[in-house]
Amino acid sequence: MSYLNSLDIHQFRNRILSISGEDVSKCIQCGKCTAGCPISPEMDVQPNQVLRMIQVNDQDTLLRCSTIWICASCQTCSVRCPEEIDIAKIMDSLRKLALEAKIPLGEEKVVKFDEIFLESIRKRGRVHELELVMKYNLALRRPFKDAQLGPVMFSRGKLRILGHKIKEVGKIKEIFRDSKRLFKP
Amino acid sequence: MQVGYYPGCSLESTAKEFDLSIRAIFQEMEISLKEIPDWNCCGASPAHYLNEELAMALPYRNLVKAEEAGLDQVVSPCPACYSHLKHVHEEVIEDSHLSERLQTIVGKGYQKGVASKHFLDFLKEDIGLERLKESLKSSLNQLKVVSYYGCLTRLPGVKLDDLENPVIMDQIVEAIGGEPLDWSYKTECCGASLSVSRTEIALRLVRSILEAAQEKGAECIAVVCPLCQSNLDARQSDINKKYGTSYKIPILYLSQLIGLAQKLDYTQLGLDRLIINPRDLLVGKGILEK
Repeated sequence: MSYLNSLDIHQFRNRILSISGEDVSKCIQCGKCTAGCPISPEMDVQPNQVLRMIQVNDQDTLLRCSTIWICASCQTCSVRCPEEIDIAKIMDSLRKLALEAKIPLGEEKVVKFDEIFLESIRKRGRVHELELVMKYNLALRRPFKDAQLGPVMFSRGKLRILGHKIKEVGKIKEIFRDSKRLFKP
Repeated sequence: MQVGYYPGCSLESTAKEFDLSIRAIFQEMEISLKEIPDWNCCGASPAHYLNEELAMALPYRNLVKAEEAGLDQVVSPCPACYSHLKHVHEEVIEDSHLSERLQTIVGKGYQKGVASKHFLDFLKEDIGLERLKESLKSSLNQLKVVSYYGCLTRLPGVKLDDLENPVIMDQIVEAIGGEPLDWSYKTECCGASLSVSRTEIALRLVRSILEAAQEKGAECIAVVCPLCQSNLDARQSDINKKYGTSYKIPILYLSQLIGLAQKLDYTQLGLDRLIINPRDLLVGKGILEK
């Protein structure tokens, strides 16, 4: 079932247009975005297919796909698009729409990492890298993943045991409380 | 000469040597760095992925704090920190509605007076290659270096160099006596934080970068990003295990290479913190004494 009312087949395309400012109807399906995408071998929907699916209102596939989460935002697609469509920006919009739809996400592992990362900022104002990686691997029930790296990183002085907490951490909490997922409705 | 400094979270931990070497080489050139007081994380990719307003409000607070401290120019070594500061600065100039909204969230107004610089353009444009050369006491003795830029040139707000064939790092390598090698992997992706969440993807990407560097005959890879450095350096043993390769390529921050040409101390530059030890290479090339 669609999370948006899809009686209007342009509704999804228009929503993307309004929040990202990007018009997917300009896409000529040249495939340059996919050809240059470093992550395309692991993607379940290729970047050029993402644009086509927006055109044909296939929001169900898009909001559930893994692609939007493993896109590394390297911007190669945006830079190379002959129609100057900012595809990376469209990926950003799709991620937020997927979160808004409250449906099972295509790549829970990646989202979990982002959530724990933000929680670290909310609590301290800065990211504590050691805590971030440990909490993440615990949350995924694989506490020993990359454990071999721990002693090496410690021996090089790359891991701080205690994180730094900024003075105005209360202000950071307020910023978190007051920020909305999407700037434009 | 004094300039604002925004080190960012990685430079306090996994990229400590980037911070150490930048402070050391700037001191050598008599430039004092003044940290943004009580700075916060820029939000990095996670804020950008999950919450649009948060992704702009976090850098906005840093701009406010910089302005309050009287800083009109801020240097950021980390490409993500730099991009976020610069992008938000530009967006609030363009969009008054956004500007008001961010002021409401952060509780203070930014007067739009902070120019953001990446370590690279500050070095080239503000310090200048001539002044850099004057600070040198030694040379890299034609050390063969490939410069790796990652996604830096393409990030929002960044207008640093050619998007897909940048040369700014190569020019600096040449200025300090290294031999910059041209290669086609300058701006390929390192996998960024997928290295933690989908490690196998990052291993595939990093392997191809190391392979290209080795084919070119590079003796080391120069980087200017904490995440690139970490992925290229710390993942070599995983890559060797997975693919049966034997990479052992030192991954140095460009600031460390500059410091070597200034004859600064090995540990002062944090060279002992790199995972692939560069000592044998540097001694072999006559850059470092035994």
